[in-house]
Amino acid sequence: MQPFSYYRAIDLADAFGAMQRDAGGQVIAGGTELVNWLKEGIVSPPVIVDINSLPDLGAVEANAAELSIGALARMSDVAAHPQVQRNFPAIAEALHKSASQQLRNMASMGGNLMQRTRCPYFRADVDLACNKRRPGSGCAALDGYDRTAAIFGWSEHCVATHPSDVAVAFAALDATVHVRGATGVERAIPVTDFYMLPGDAPEHDNVLQRDELIVRISVPQSPVAHRSRYLKVRERTSYEFALVSVAAGLQLDGDGRITDVRIALGGVAHRPWRLAAGERALPGTSITDHAAIRAAIEGAFADARPRRQNGFKIELAKRAVVRALQVAGGNA
Amino acid sequence: MTSLRVNGLTHELQLDPRTTLVDALREHLGLMGTKKSCDRGECGACTVHIDGRRVLACMTLAVMADGKHITTIEGLAPPDGGLHPVQAAFIEQDAFQCGYCTPGQIMSAVACIDEGHATSDDQIREFMSGNICRCAAYPQIVAAVRAAAASYGVHATV
Repeated sequence: MQPFSYYRAIDLADAFGAMQRDAGGQVIAGGTELVNWLKEGIVSPPVIVDINSLPDLGAVEANAAELSIGALARMSDVAAHPQVQRNFPAIAEALHKSASQQLRNMASMGGNLMQRTRCPYFRADVDLACNKRRPGSGCAALDGYDRTAAIFGWSEHCVATHPSDVAVAFAALDATVHVRGATGVERAIPVTDFYMLPGDAPEHDNVLQRDELIVRISVPQSPVAHRSRYLKVRERTSYEFALVSVAAGLQLDGDGRITDVRIALGGVAHRPWRLAAGERALPGTSITDHAAIRAAIEGAFADARPRRQNGFKIELAKRAVVRALQVAGGNA
Repeated sequence: MTSLRVNGLTHELQLDPRTTLVDALREHLGLMGTKKSCDRGECGACTVHIDGRRVLACMTLAVMADGKHITTIEGLAPPDGGLHPVQAAFIEQDAFQCGYCTPGQIMSAVACIDEGHATSDDQIREFMSGNICRCAAYPQIVAAVRAAAASYGVHATV
C-alpha cells in the first residue's frame, strides 16, 4: 500500500470538500473492495474519505410506491429486512447469495454497486496486460483464460463481467440509483443505464462522476417485484461469484399465462444484462409450457458472442432463465 | 490517536492509516489469536466481532474501528477460566486439525448462532461458508456449531 491520509467526514458537504482538497481522493464505506485495491496497488489515492459517519444514508424504508435503500445500509441488513424479503424476494435472495456473512455485514449497498467490473487478470499480482487496470496495455484474457468472461457486449479491449448479484436484481426490477453532486444537484439514474459497456475505454465502469456520491437506491413496488426470484449458478454452493445468474419477476393471469415479466442476467456482460427481447416475447406464454418459454427467450440470445472457453454460458443462461421464470411462477 | 476497545480494554494507538485491524491486533497489541491468512477477504481466518457483528479484520482499516467494541478469540471465554460453549463444542466434536482457521471459525460460529442462522445443517453450512478450512474439518465444524446452538437452546434439525 502506498501512504495515504485518512479523513472521517461528518456530512456530505464535508465529504465533497475533502475529496476536492486532494484530487484523486477515494471514498470508503465498507472497505471490502477498496482495501484490496489499496493492498494490490490498483489504486493509490492521497486521501481516503470515510463516509460511514454521514447521517441519514443508512435507512431502509418501504412505502406503497417504492422501496428506498440508503447507500450506507449494509448488505446483511437489507437481506434480512422483512419488507425486502416479502415484496422484493429477488433482492433479498441476490444479497443472501453474495459473498459471506462477514463481508455482507461490512459491505454497503452503494459500495456494492460501485464494484469494479473485473476478471482474474485485473487482480493479477504479476504485470499482465489489462486495459481496465492500465489503459492501453491490452487484454490478457483475449488469448488467455476466458471461461468466466462475458458473452454479451464485450469488446476487444475488455471481456470482464460485473460481479454484483444485487445489481442484477435491481436491473430487472427497474431500480434507480440516486446520486448527489458536490453542488447539491441530484441525479436519478436507472440501474440499467448506470453501468457502461467496455467499448474502447474499459477503465470506466459506470457513469458516476468524480464529484458525485450515491445516496440511495429506489425500487418501485409492483406485482412483478412481489413475484420475483434470483437464481445463481456457480461452481460451488456458497461463497462464489456467479457463472450465470438470473433475476426474474412476473405476473400471471388466471390461466397461468404470463402477462408481465422482467428478466436480467448476471455474469454475462460488463453490466447486468436486461433480456428485453425475451420480455417482449413471453407474454401469453403458459408458465407450465417449458418448450414455449424456451422458444420465447431464444431471440434474446441472438447477439450473444461466445469466446473460446465460455460458449457453455449461452446454453446455461437459457436454461437458467427458464428455470428462474418457473421458480418465480411457482412452477418448479 | 486511535482508540481500540478490545475485549473490554481500551488501547490508545498511534497508527499509520494503512494498518489493518488484524495487524493492529497482532503487531501492536500482541493478540495473536486472530489469524492473518489470505489477507484479502477470502478465507475468514481473521474474523472478529465489531460492535457484536462478525467482520473481517484484514479488510478493516484499524482507524475505522476507532471507538468501537472489538471482540477477539481471546475475549470469548468467561473470566473464570472456563470455555465459551462454542470453544467447548469445537473440542468435543474434534472440529479442527491444524487449528489455524479455528479462531476465525469459532468467532464466526458464535455470531452465526447469535444471528439465528444455525437452525439446520444446511443453514449452518451456508452461513459458515466464509470460513475456509484447508484441513477440511467441515463435517465436524457443522457438528460443533449444531451442538453449541443446541446448548444455547436453539436446536438444529439435521
